[in-house]
Amino acid sequence: MSAPHSPLDVDRVRKDFPILERRLAGDHPLVYLDSANTSQKPAAVLDVLAEHYTRHNANVARAVHQLGEESTAAYESARDKLAALINAPSRDEIIFTKNASEALNLVAHTLASGLADDPRYRLGPGDEIVVTEMEHHSNIVPWQLAAKRTGAAFRWFGLTDDGRLDLSTIGELINERTKIVSLVHQSNSLGTVNDVATVVARAREVGALVLLDGSQSVPHQPIDVTALGVDLLAFTGHKMVGPTGIGVLWGRREVLDALPPFLGGGEMIETVDMTGSTFAPIPHKFEAGTPPIAQAIGLGAAVDYLTGIGLDRIHEHELTLTGYALEKLNAIDDLRIIGPNSLEGRGGTVSFVVDGVHPHDVGQLLDEQGVAVRVGHHCARPVCVRYGIPATTRASFYLYTTFDEIDALADGLHQVKRFFG
Amino acid sequence: MSDSLYQEIILDHYKHPHGRGLREPFGGEAHHVNPTCGDEITMRVALDGEKITDVSYDGQGCSISQASASVLHELLTGSTVDDAFATERVFTELMQGRGQVEPDEDVLGDGIAFAGVAKYPARVKCALLSWMAFKDATARALSGAGRTS
Repeated sequence: MSAPHSPLDVDRVRKDFPILERRLAGDHPLVYLDSANTSQKPAAVLDVLAEHYTRHNANVARAVHQLGEESTAAYESARDKLAALINAPSRDEIIFTKNASEALNLVAHTLASGLADDPRYRLGPGDEIVVTEMEHHSNIVPWQLAAKRTGAAFRWFGLTDDGRLDLSTIGELINERTKIVSLVHQSNSLGTVNDVATVVARAREVGALVLLDGSQSVPHQPIDVTALGVDLLAFTGHKMVGPTGIGVLWGRREVLDALPPFLGGGEMIETVDMTGSTFAPIPHKFEAGTPPIAQAIGLGAAVDYLTGIGLDRIHEHELTLTGYALEKLNAIDDLRIIGPNSLEGRGGTVSFVVDGVHPHDVGQLLDEQGVAVRVGHHCARPVCVRYGIPATTRASFYLYTTFDEIDALADGLHQVKRFFG
Repeated sequence: MSDSLYQEIILDHYKHPHGRGLREPFGGEAHHVNPTCGDEITMRVALDGEKITDVSYDGQGCSISQASASVLHELLTGSTVDDAFATERVFTELMQGRGQVEPDEDVLGDGIAFAGVAKYPARVKCALLSWMAFKDATARALSGAGRTS
């Protein structure tokens, strides 16, 4: 089969990512199919990081000197870029965290703390928390802890055999007792893109909050929080060509104002007295201590890079790749796709199992041909349990992925089968 | 391809495991999991005094982890507890030797095939999974603690 046409000039994109020129052991070119794990970084982001430390380094929001002003301006300008990226109504609604896990934990922890004035933002016995069986562990464990701490019930949507949310029980599952529904936009293991609108509509009927984990969607498609209608959105920088150590929590102002502080410390206060303290308005209320300054600025550069290319074009490129990959993988005997086996409602992450060969062995043999994939349960173990498999092999694509690389994956899998056959 | 990692001996043990399946009676049992990849092994040890009369096991996982359990069964069944622990130490040293330790075939038998695994840090724990479970199961058998996980 011949490769279809992509809207991106991928050869040109690849020149922006120095690491893609690397040769691996055995002089194999790097075939990087692990972007759902972490993405590679373009020179534009790497240069901004070096430039910050080389020329502007200072702490933010507390220095009156010139470097402090430059650093603060760059940090706050990154906030503007993130707000524009997801069409947030206000820049103050962008909270920098260290990653998506921290953003999710922030919401779970503050709801469970019982410190909110408004009872709608306090979890307790009789309340219900709803997640899904396809969540990353970072959107399961914080809620299990919150449930344990508060006596709230922890409930979840199951999955259909073809890797989608089973919404047949939505009317009962999301009910008047539901305080919050926290779900993933695009599954990191199945590639499924969830029907957020249906969940939001039901949550609205009962007055429940909706928190969306956008770690695997914000990097890959245009996101508009206002159009989505969710209350909160968590995502991370390193999966969207930005640095590690920086994540984002967006929330509607009303929600973020109502939630109590998460971490206490410098910059999150209004005034501190030995008899009690008052807190800064958002976003600073949730940004205690020196933040990841260079990382936030680097993420701002990543946003510039992605929007310069166009997230709609990136999305279209990835769908084209995914269609090609599904066709190639389905043509391999004894290979089974775990997750939606069509382009409908899915993104560029494809998990699969090869009968008779453990994913660890698949990954090892692919690596020896220079093909980097992820193997294991991908921090979403309940998905593996649901489908009765110990682990999967996962290939994930991004704007720099080529059709040749998918051919290399398929060729590699044929070798794996010969080796273990 | 993968000549140093996937030795023929390892593939043989993986495809035709020796002594696989959980058996009664046993004095101690341990279940170990590799949380990063989901490999699992349940190991049972039956003792008659100081002598290991049976090592039985079941599990799921990659070729390295499952072949290692098969080799362990072959090496340690019938030996004394002291000898088994000595063999375990030699195997662990080999695995943690980053490929710098010369394997001793007299002690390790087919276990020398795992020498290449030591060069792959991510796979060392696959090879050691059943050996750790064996140590726990034997300790339980010795203490009379029996079955726990």
